[in-house]
Amino acid sequence: MNDNGLLNEFTIFVLAIFIGFEVISKVPTILHTPLMSGTNAIHGIILVGAILIAATAHDPLQIALGLVAVILATINVVGGFVVTDRMLEMFKGRPTAKPAEKTPSPDKTPAPEKTP
Amino acid sequence: MTVAVALAYLVAAVLFIVGLIQLSSPRSARRGNQIAAVGMVIALLATIPLLHFTGAGIAITVVGLLIGVPIGAVAARRVKMTAIPQMVALFNGVGGGAAALVAVSELLLQGSHPPFALVFPSVFSIVIGSVSFAGSMVAFAKLQALVTGTPITYPGQQIVNGALALAIIALAVYLIAVASMPIIFVPLLILGLVLGVAFVLPIGGADMPVVISLLNAFTGLAVAASGFVLGNFALIVAGTLVGASGTLLTKLMSDAMGRSLGNVLFGAFGSVTAGPAGAAAAEGKSVRTGTPEDIATLLAYSRKVIIVPGYGLAVAQGQHAVRELADELEKRGVEVEYAIHPVAGRMPGHMNVLLAEANVPYEQLKEMDQINDEFKSADVALVVGANDVVNPAAHNSPGSPIYGMPILNADEAKNIVFMKRSMRPGFAGIDNELLYDPKTVMLFGDAKDSLMKLVAAVKAA
Repeated sequence: MNDNGLLNEFTIFVLAIFIGFEVISKVPTILHTPLMSGTNAIHGIILVGAILIAATAHDPLQIALGLVAVILATINVVGGFVVTDRMLEMFKGRPTAKPAEKTPSPDKTPAPEKTP
Repeated sequence: MTVAVALAYLVAAVLFIVGLIQLSSPRSARRGNQIAAVGMVIALLATIPLLHFTGAGIAITVVGLLIGVPIGAVAARRVKMTAIPQMVALFNGVGGGAAALVAVSELLLQGSHPPFALVFPSVFSIVIGSVSFAGSMVAFAKLQALVTGTPITYPGQQIVNGALALAIIALAVYLIAVASMPIIFVPLLILGLVLGVAFVLPIGGADMPVVISLLNAFTGLAVAASGFVLGNFALIVAGTLVGASGTLLTKLMSDAMGRSLGNVLFGAFGSVTAGPAGAAAAEGKSVRTGTPEDIATLLAYSRKVIIVPGYGLAVAQGQHAVRELADELEKRGVEVEYAIHPVAGRMPGHMNVLLAEANVPYEQLKEMDQINDEFKSADVALVVGANDVVNPAAHNSPGSPIYGMPILNADEAKNIVFMKRSMRPGFAGIDNELLYDPKTVMLFGDAKDSLMKLVAAVKAA
């Protein structure tokens, strides 16, 4: 890695910090749990790193480290996205103009209009 | 890194950012998560040209994926919505562990005297990643009630933890300066794990979400550091985004509790059960209890009811019952809203997820600032399985540990109905004066059972 490469990486790092702050500061409290879970899934990108080191493994120690790293990272990324999706799937508004979702539950009674 | 790979990583990074932006609105949040997932797939596919597989390498990659995918998918599919916090802790911990292992593995590839540009981020990734792994596992064990949720403390604990941290810093500096043989990084990994355990043990129940959020940010930073080790842009961008956003989220959470982050992490809060003031308040005061029929009548003839849900509701799996009650009341023309405290449930926004699961429309879910002025005009504040978030001690009892925490002004409603299992204090372990207020009626019992009784009684009323 030459000095320029390191400098580029550092630039990206610093800019990403600002974007991370900026993007998150606009998220309402009600979405904090899905957000935490969603960001949790995004750091599952470590799977890229785990596969990079696993691919070149040749001695037993490298093989063991690579295998464990790939397993852990895969759990992180798959579990993270799936559980976040499950949470967000449930955020629905009042069943108004939109036609029934793909799984209309029979017990869903249409909410009555508010009367003063 | 070829131009094509770099461009694909750029696309992935943009998708992560767009995904995070879309997560900021309930309507687009699900799409946001899916967009981020697409970015992840692109980043993974783009990495393939960079791989120079050895025979063993391809085998462990495939086996690792074949083991990891079903574990992650099944765990995420099966987990109950009430157990989300510990599941996030678990997924976060394994990510931290993977980041540390990647750094260790890359270091071992180097001969003696690896360059500074490699050693520095490696040390960072190993320490932060192992702290995050061990800390998350303890957080999981606490929330899953595998170990006690109350703070585990002993005399001189802060000194021991401080000494551990200093030992790690000293070792890290030595390694960065001297860095002769990569194998001596192993003690660093072990010390990191020990610190992770020692750091989370004294933190109790109510504060665990803040800790998980902090550890989430830690893992992000460890991943970014691993990105520096491997010279991989995708890891740096994604890891840093999470590190920054997680840090901000952690601060927002401790703000919501009216405390500083330092106090959360080092205050061993929650170890004090009912302080002297609380105990005194409990003496000689009686509470008023009501039958489900009394309370149903009160609710059915109200104009406006504000429901204050807490974790007790989720534990009793009463979300569907509470929606049913709300539906019944709305049929009778009662205006129903939900007041959601930022830390209701076990994490900020957790209660929204639990209510959304029961098909409560999110338009009815009001955040604290939106609804606090409305309690004055509410006929009934129906507190279901919540306690600390409506404790007036936060306003008027400077000696109380929760003094200064923003609360829902349920005490301003004309009537207050408390549905609780017992008089036991809430998560923070503090007595609640509101229980003894003359305006308050108690309905003891399991939240779900009580709600079902209320629904039946409202129908009959």
